[in-house]
Amino acid sequence: MLASLLLRPARRILLTVLLGGLLGATLVRMGPGFGVDERELDSRLSVSSQQAIRAERARDNNIAVFYLRYLAGFARGDFGFSRSLNRPVSQLLAERLPLTLVSLGVGVAGGVSIGLALALLTVWWRAPGADVVPALLSGLCFAAPAAVIALVFLWLGPWIGAAARWAIALVVFPHVYRYAKNQLVATSQAPHVVAAQAKGLSSWRVLWAHIFIPAAPQLAALAGISVSLAFGASIPIEVICDSPGVGQLAWRAALDRDLPLLVTITVLVALLTLVVNSLADLALAAWNLPARSAA
Amino acid sequence: MTGRQKLAVMVLGAAVAASLGAGLLVQHSYAEQSREIISAPPSAQFWLGTDELGRDRFARLLYGTRVSLLLAPAAALLSTLLAALLGGAAGYLGGRWERAVTAGIDLFLSLPWLFLLLAVRALLPLNTSPVTSVVITFLLLGFLGWAAPARIIRAGTRTLVNSDYLVQAAAGGISRRRLFWRHLLPNLRPILLAQFWISVPLFILSEANLGLLGLGVSEPLPSWGALLRELENYSAVIANPWMLAPAILLVLVVCCLQLLLGTEESAFPC
Repeated sequence: MLASLLLRPARRILLTVLLGGLLGATLVRMGPGFGVDERELDSRLSVSSQQAIRAERARDNNIAVFYLRYLAGFARGDFGFSRSLNRPVSQLLAERLPLTLVSLGVGVAGGVSIGLALALLTVWWRAPGADVVPALLSGLCFAAPAAVIALVFLWLGPWIGAAARWAIALVVFPHVYRYAKNQLVATSQAPHVVAAQAKGLSSWRVLWAHIFIPAAPQLAALAGISVSLAFGASIPIEVICDSPGVGQLAWRAALDRDLPLLVTITVLVALLTLVVNSLADLALAAWNLPARSAA
Repeated sequence: MTGRQKLAVMVLGAAVAASLGAGLLVQHSYAEQSREIISAPPSAQFWLGTDELGRDRFARLLYGTRVSLLLAPAAALLSTLLAALLGGAAGYLGGRWERAVTAGIDLFLSLPWLFLLLAVRALLPLNTSPVTSVVITFLLLGFLGWAAPARIIRAGTRTLVNSDYLVQAAAGGISRRRLFWRHLLPNLRPILLAQFWISVPLFILSEANLGLLGLGVSEPLPSWGALLRELENYSAVIANPWMLAPAILLVLVVCCLQLLLGTEESAFPC
């Protein structure tokens, strides 16, 4: 059972990377500047050197060969060469990915914590209108583009610092709050919770042991979705906050129409998101495994 | 409809009416430059002042609202139609077609939305005329936003196809065409409408993000995204707080759309 649990996400990741790679290679082939080599304009090169360069490029004209070379390079960690920055893509990623991952890690952790805390508070504090302030706050953050949230934190930057991380947290928070609140409210209406309350258990114990813990597997799914959201938000946030991460790199690549770089970033981000989603699914399956075995 | 939803309808109605009647409400065109009155504060002539090129900010806000509020639903319609075609066919036909469409949906959903949007936008010409840039931006949103609605439409169609009344209708010898047009499609309408309305705020926000990054609608045509670019000038915003009007209107409109949708139940539209 565990093997099938592991095989399914592995197959999904492999298929997505393969399809994403093919899609990426297609975009690169269709992109502006494909098949053009500025070395041909170098007057110092002899005719034979120029012919050698053309022959080298001619291999890419065959679509099948081009796809195979692209995917083989991808598998080896050779992500191509950025024309706009004149550097290998792998070098650029190695420099910028850690910063984005740290921002994302802190931002997602912050957003999930704020969202969960407010959802728990709303469910625990059952007074009418208890959710007005969190709902208003989540509504505002939900309705504001990530770039505007980043601008707000850029203005607040001198006072609070780490603008990009705060902005990512506030982009993630409303999604987590709404989903978690719905899940927790649904669980709080289950018969076992009503029975626990009727037996006089303290409200904190009911909230923790009978509402939060049973809803935890569903809440684990938030991890994958939050990472996906945070990656998307990282582009405008890093651009606005001038944070030199992968999001900013993607934006520059888009403005410079550097498709090899942009496509590689997109496929890698998709891969990372899939890995996190699969880990969340596995955690969920592992949680449910004892129950299934007992059944 | 609750009281809050009625209020949301009124706000949205006012925003749409003001944007459509922009020609009557403002004396200046969105592109007209008054070089002698640049960066002016609000006045009777210019309700929200002028920008650094001497253009009427209020006129630009109204015309920008028109662009965003008319084209986001158009893009949502395109993506919903595409989703209905692919998701509906997958759910209705089943088998290999369903597996292929589901794989496509999974692939699209695993690619981060804004990265994908940026990659495809970069593929297309960046230095286009303003009208072309509007068309490109919203067509892109429409074409790339099909996956999430398609997944829901596929599931809805599958449930309907397996429902008792459709199985009975099929067993009764009704033609597939009649089954589709008379029994399936009318029952799918609520799902299609919901997906359409869920896509509208998503596309408004995506356009705003793209515009702020300089990859949306080109100048001098205004859109909410393009208008938000002014906010990058922090000191100017502090000195001229009325520059926040596009951001406030955008948040207000998306909040109203959320209220109408009742998104408390659908925290993850995409």
